[in-house]
Amino acid sequence: MAPVTSDRMEVRSSDDVVRVRQQVRARALEVGLSLVDQTKIVTAASELARNMLDYGGGGVATIEVVSDGIRRGLRLVFDDQGPGIADIQLALKDGFTSGGGLGLGLGGAKRLCNEFSIDSKPGEGTRVTCARWK
Amino acid sequence: MIARPQSNLLAATLAEQGTTILSVWSDRLKKSGALASGRIREAELQTQCRTVLDLLTPAVKDGVDAAQPAFAPLRDFLADLSRSRAVQGFTPSETATFVFSLKQPLFEAVSGTKGADPTDVMRTTWDVTQLVDALGLQTIETFQKSREETIIRQQREIAELSTPVVKLWDGVLALPLIGTLDSQRTQVVMENLLESIVSESAEIAIIDITGVPTVDTLTAQHLLKTVSAARLMGADCIISGIRPQIAQTMVHLGVELNVVSKATLADAFALALKRVGRTVVAVKARELPAS
Repeated sequence: MAPVTSDRMEVRSSDDVVRVRQQVRARALEVGLSLVDQTKIVTAASELARNMLDYGGGGVATIEVVSDGIRRGLRLVFDDQGPGIADIQLALKDGFTSGGGLGLGLGGAKRLCNEFSIDSKPGEGTRVTCARWK
Repeated sequence: MIARPQSNLLAATLAEQGTTILSVWSDRLKKSGALASGRIREAELQTQCRTVLDLLTPAVKDGVDAAQPAFAPLRDFLADLSRSRAVQGFTPSETATFVFSLKQPLFEAVSGTKGADPTDVMRTTWDVTQLVDALGLQTIETFQKSREETIIRQQREIAELSTPVVKLWDGVLALPLIGTLDSQRTQVVMENLLESIVSESAEIAIIDITGVPTVDTLTAQHLLKTVSAARLMGADCIISGIRPQIAQTMVHLGVELNVVSKATLADAFALALKRVGRTVVAVKARELPAS
């Protein structure tokens, strides 16, 4: 399932989070997601990009328009070379935070997407993939 | 840096052939279209060229290291020039070309010196390259810096512009938020709101988020902090302008704003008036002016 389009964006500052959000919104419109779904994927992107910036020391966000032949969708990949997540289950738990946030971002992003996966090894970085289908 | 013999050739060349260098340089600039944009007049360009050469001539007497104090007046002049060009809307390449285009007239003048030792000419040419490069790069750096200063200033202006606190009624304030609510802006918003609560002795503050495109957990956290701070000051907050898609997203995120919220600013205002013991009623027909 090759992506139709793919945008690669560096996330190094909070301004970049805003740019990722704008790009995701533009692509979501292109895919034809409904207003609610657009808002959901944009919010998820915002959470994941900020996590990557705050906890992974910045990284790369890839925004892909994908198609499985019938449906189109948006897939987001967030890659960082940060410290990684030791306990993914704990990180996904609502209210748990290792920083000063509300502790809802990661679990919330999972609930906002149709597909969600975290691949992380302590010391090697984290890759979060999520997708929203039309 | 100790005075080196090779820079004397450059100094001598500049002193002797200054006028020729100036005319060749300004001709080249004109040919390369420096005046085409119309942002700068010919006389102005001519004066700038002359000033650069006038400042360069005494500076090269003691060496060609552009970081030396002897080059300070030239550096300052170029910094001013590039700052003013940044404001006038020149591109960075146009600005840098102004300096870099000095290379060729200097090369020609140096190599055209009669009776000069070829090795000396070679070394001087290399010195000129390094010197002009250093000056050119510095021009670009200043250019960039002044652009960045402009951007930072605009950001600050935007932050201030977009966070007004509006008095709707005695004791009722409204804070229409527009754009992204990051940490810095939250700070500005919070300060403005808390100050206005004191100065207007407000009981109710309506925070309208119609203009906030994305409400994620960080935005929610910032909102909650602002609400808590307002509460400590004795004012209740009402959040308005939560659009349907944002409401659904917030529910999925698991964010709970433990604060009264209304769909529109009008609803929030009506509620606020009720809380302060006022009500809005329709004027009866007979009380309307006859005309």
